Amino acid sequence: MEDVGSLAARVAAVWLALVLALIVVPSALGVSLGISEAYMRLLVRTLEWATIRIEKGVKKAQPQMLKTPVANGIIERDETTMEKEIAGLHRVDFEFSDIFYFCRKGFEAIVEDEVTQRFSSEELVSWNLLTRTNVNFHYISLRLTIVWVIGVVVRYCFLLPLRFTLAAIGITSMIVGTTMVGQLPNSNVKSYLSELVHLTCSRILVRALSGTIHYHNKENKPQKGGICVANHTSPIDAIILTNDGCYAMVGQVHGGLMGVIQRATVKACPHVWFERSEVKDRHLVTKRLREHVADKSKLPILIFPEGTCINNTSVMMFKKGSFEIGGTIYPVAIKYDPQFGDAFWNSSKYNIVSYLLRIMTSWAIVCNVWYMPPMVRKEGEDAVQFANRVRSAIARQGGLTELPWDGGLKRAKVKDTFKEEQQKNYSKMLVRNGSIGNLSTGTESD
Amino acid sequence: MGAAAARPPPGLGALSDETGLSPAALMRLHERFQALDRDDKGHLSPADLQALEGLALNPLCERIVGAFFPAGAQRADFPTFARVLAHFRPAEGAPCEPGGPSSPGSKLRFVFELYDLDGDGQISYRELLQVLRLMVGLEVPDEALAAVAARALREADRSGRGTLCFEDFAKAVERLDVDRRMSIWMLK
Repeated sequence: MEDVGSLAARVAAVWLALVLALIVVPSALGVSLGISEAYMRLLVRTLEWATIRIEKGVKKAQPQMLKTPVANGIIERDETTMEKEIAGLHRVDFEFSDIFYFCRKGFEAIVEDEVTQRFSSEELVSWNLLTRTNVNFHYISLRLTIVWVIGVVVRYCFLLPLRFTLAAIGITSMIVGTTMVGQLPNSNVKSYLSELVHLTCSRILVRALSGTIHYHNKENKPQKGGICVANHTSPIDAIILTNDGCYAMVGQVHGGLMGVIQRATVKACPHVWFERSEVKDRHLVTKRLREHVADKSKLPILIFPEGTCINNTSVMMFKKGSFEIGGTIYPVAIKYDPQFGDAFWNSSKYNIVSYLLRIMTSWAIVCNVWYMPPMVRKEGEDAVQFANRVRSAIARQGGLTELPWDGGLKRAKVKDTFKEEQQKNYSKMLVRNGSIGNLSTGTESD
Repeated sequence: MGAAAARPPPGLGALSDETGLSPAALMRLHERFQALDRDDKGHLSPADLQALEGLALNPLCERIVGAFFPAGAQRADFPTFARVLAHFRPAEGAPCEPGGPSSPGSKLRFVFELYDLDGDGQISYRELLQVLRLMVGLEVPDEALAAVAARALREADRSGRGTLCFEDFAKAVERLDVDRRMSIWMLK
């Protein structure tokens, strides 16, 4: 009994020592030992092999040519506009068949619509050996299944405990470190130490997710006194960005572990946390943010203007509040590579704990971060136009599509103005084909 | 934490035979059904469909939603959902019985019922006017719209009763490839 106990203790000690030496210390110093790179190379090679096996297997099973699936749709959209479809057929004015166009469009929207689709995870063209993405692929071969089983064992029995340990270390050091730094009086030393603590803990947490992040255009990194704006895919976005720089976070005060972290970090660094009641008061929020931005010695604020998590294939409407504060906006585009793990948090389907568990049992989180040149509001441009301009820039850089819809619509009703547009278009067609104007001649000839 | 892998809904085989949709297509529709069912009730309510942006901007929104909730029902279960959508399965290149839901005749019947609100098998002048009003909104004044409706009805009505029966309606749209216009192709 004792032997087992002491053996277990020794194993745990060795384990912890290895983790500290190989991961924590290098990340504190900002150095890389190359272990993650080797892991990623092995992973890429395995997944390529798996893809080739699947393609071979699929070709054998279904010899006829399949239509190449569009990565983001399940139905083939007929993009004929209303004009071509209806007006092209008109002899006179109204045809009973006009209704076909609206009918089909309506049912297409029921089967699949652009917005709701953005709130389900991106479908992969080939399987990446994770059960959760296995929608289209069935049993292909024994070898593939064996590799998959090995993958499951590796992910759950090795990677998960490792990542969990790292995450625990990261969060604990963040809380302890920032509390200690928070005791110091405000000074340059304090800011320097606070930045060090934040950076180190972010790096540890990114290793906890096996994150491989490629930063582009570092010369455009957000400066002090500015506002950093990025597209939102998951709660991890903040960690991804703080891995490379220090920001002042903006958000609502939460309870539980998150609340503890928030209270600890705000002592060391002027993050902006709002009480739930304050969030409703937009003027108060804007005022506090404006004060923060006006102080040029303060770190740049990090804001996600979409307001909710989108599945990283598109950018939805930016809420204009962030763009009314003034100051310089530094847009950042974040694009995750879904091949290695799906970072999207579908908050209506998974709670935060199951989400974190999924993330920690994925292969890795790979993403690209593009820093873009700063943008300022032009003369005569209102907040909404400015928000759209920034959004277009981010979408273009990240290779995401732009949608005019509000992310909040996934929970709320649509306004009537969109319907009026369609009605206007149809009426124009009736008028254009001369029917309404010619009605007088029509009745006369009766 | 593995897959929330799709469990097939009950009665899949029978539903597949009845609707002519393949089991794979039905599985996709089932996922969609679950995605639309916001509060996980197990059935759809009119509000679930009305919250879809693509549908809400469609002038025929209420009629389309009404197709899923006949006779004032407030719930639509998955078989109902699948049966209505089965009308949009492309008939070409797939085995299709003459009376099946995706045959051209069935598709026409489906559209006819969108016009025929009271379900008496005839499209009356008032019903036609209502549909026209939905499609143009407030853009066109009453008299002009009434004249359009009257003329359309006059031209299509063969029996001279002043209402359109199904055969008249079918004749009026016969120039169109109904199957192509009223089909939704699902990608594999």
